[in-house]
Amino acid sequence: MIRFEKVTKFYNGGPAAVDNITLSIESGELVSIVGQSGAGKSTLLKMIFAEEQPSEGKVFFEDRDIATMNKKELNVMRRKIGAVFQDFRLLPKKTVYENIAFAMEAAGQSEENIVSDVPYVLDLVDLSEKMDNFPHELSGGEQQRIAIARAIVNQPDIVVADEPTGNLDPISAYEVVQILKKINDLGTTVILSTHNKEIIESLEERVITMDQGKITRDDKSGKYVL
Amino acid sequence: MNTWTNIKRISRTGFIGFLRNGFISLATVLIMATMLFVMGTLMTMNAALSSTLTQLQNKVDINVYFVQDAPEKDILALKDSISQLPEVASVEYISSDKALEQFKERHKNDQITLQSLEELDKNPLGASLAVRAKQTSQYEGIAKFLDKEDVVGGSKNAIIKNINYYQNKSAIDKLTQIISASRSFGLLSTIFLAVISILIVFTTIRLAIYTTKDEIGVMQLVGASDWYVQGPFIIEGALYGFAGGIVSLIALYPFALWLGAPSQALLGSFNVYTYYVSHIGLLFFVLVGAGSFLGAIASLAAVRRYLRYKVAKQV
Repeated sequence: MIRFEKVTKFYNGGPAAVDNITLSIESGELVSIVGQSGAGKSTLLKMIFAEEQPSEGKVFFEDRDIATMNKKELNVMRRKIGAVFQDFRLLPKKTVYENIAFAMEAAGQSEENIVSDVPYVLDLVDLSEKMDNFPHELSGGEQQRIAIARAIVNQPDIVVADEPTGNLDPISAYEVVQILKKINDLGTTVILSTHNKEIIESLEERVITMDQGKITRDDKSGKYVL
Repeated sequence: MNTWTNIKRISRTGFIGFLRNGFISLATVLIMATMLFVMGTLMTMNAALSSTLTQLQNKVDINVYFVQDAPEKDILALKDSISQLPEVASVEYISSDKALEQFKERHKNDQITLQSLEELDKNPLGASLAVRAKQTSQYEGIAKFLDKEDVVGGSKNAIIKNINYYQNKSAIDKLTQIISASRSFGLLSTIFLAVISILIVFTTIRLAIYTTKDEIGVMQLVGASDWYVQGPFIIEGALYGFAGGIVSLIALYPFALWLGAPSQALLGSFNVYTYYVSHIGLLFFVLVGAGSFLGAIASLAAVRRYLRYKVAKQV
C-alpha cells in the first residue's frame, strides 16, 4: 500500500534526515516506527502525505509515485489518509463538530452523511457531549481524540499518526492508542510513530526502529529496542 | 461534487468566520470604513471642484459688438457660421432693443443714467453676439476666426465694431491655467489617496488573515482543495468591505448635513448635502461596491500567499 524506494531526504544541505530507506507497508498492518528525536520518523511520515518531498528516491501510494501526482490527485490522496499530529492541529475557530464536518465537506460529502457520521465518530472516541465546544475548551487528550475522529471520518485507507501521544499524560496516551488499535481492527492500516515504550510493547505488532535516518530493526512482533 | 452545495458551504463558513473573528473583524471593518470615507470625501470634493469650475467657465464669454446700423440679417448669418464651429458651446444674439432693456434693468436704481438715456432720441446701443466656448482655451481660436476678413460674406467686417476678447485675454488665459491646474491637482490627489487607501486595505486584510495562516495549512492537509480553502476568506474579505462601505456611507451623512449650507455659501452652485442625497445611489455603488471588491481581492491575495506554504509548519 505504501512503499519507499531508496528514499533520502536532506533539509537545507544538512545531513540526511532520512537516509536511503526502502520499506513497504501492507494494507491492514499496524506499524509502529520508533526511535529517538531526530531519527527521521516524522520526516518519513510527512513524505507519505506529501508534506515533504524526498530529495532522492520515490514514495508510492497504492503503486502511484506521489511525486508525479498533480494538485487534484494529491487532494484525493490526502482524503484517503487520515493524519494525526502531536500538536493536534485542530481549527481553533471551529467547534468540535465543525472541525470534523470540515474534513467531510472538503471531501465533498453530502449533508446527510455529515449529519449522521460526525456524531458516529465522536461516539467512537467517546466525546459526543463535547460536540459544540471549541478546541481550546478541551484537554490535550480530548483534543487528540477529536483529531483522530477527524482523521477517520472519511473512512481513510490509512491513518498516519505522528507522535500522537507525545503531549499526553499516560492515561490519555493509553486511550489514544487503544482507539488507534480499534481502528486497525476494523481494517484500516495504521502507521504510528512514537517513543513510548509501554505502548509499543502492549501492541505486539510490527515495529520499525530508526536511528540517524536509517532503519536499524524491523520486527514482525516487535519490542522497543534502542 | 455539487457546486451549489460547495458555494453554500463556503458562504456559510465565510459568514461564521466573519462573526467569530470578533475584534479583528470589527477593527478591519473600521479601517475599511475610514478608507472608504476618504474615498467618499474625495468623490464629493471632485464633484464640488468640477461644479465650481464649470460655473466659472460659464461666466466667461466673448462678445462681438456690432455697429449700430448693422443689418440684422448679416448678424444672424454670422451667428449661424459661428454656431457651426466645433469649439462653440452656444451663441446668443442680443438685439439692440434687448441690449437697451438689459441696460435699463441694470441701472434701474440709477436715475441720472436713465435720465441721460431719455435725452437721446434713439437707442445708442448696438446689437451683439455673446459666444461661449466649450473650453476657455478655445476662445483664442474663435477670436481669430472672427478676425478673418471674409467671415461675413460681402459686407466684410464693416459691421463688427469691436470684439472684447482682446481686452479680456489675460484674464481668460489666467483662468484657463487655473482651471487646468485645479483639474490636474484634483485628479492627482485622488489617485494618490486612492492608492494609499488600497495599500492600507491590503495590509489590514493580510494581517487579519495572518492570524489564521496555520489553519490554512491544516485545511490543505485534510485534503481541502485550494478553492475550498480560499473561498470562505474571499467571502470574509468581501464582508469586511461591504460592512465598511455601509459604515462610511452612514458616517458621511452628518458631515454632509453639517457642511451643506456653508458649502453653498462658499461655492455658490454646489451644496454638499444636496449632492449626498441626490447621489446616494452612486455613492452606495462606489463605496460598498469598491469596498466589497477590494476586500475580496485583498483576501484572495493574502490567502494565496499562505497557500504557497504547501506545508503546515511543525510547531
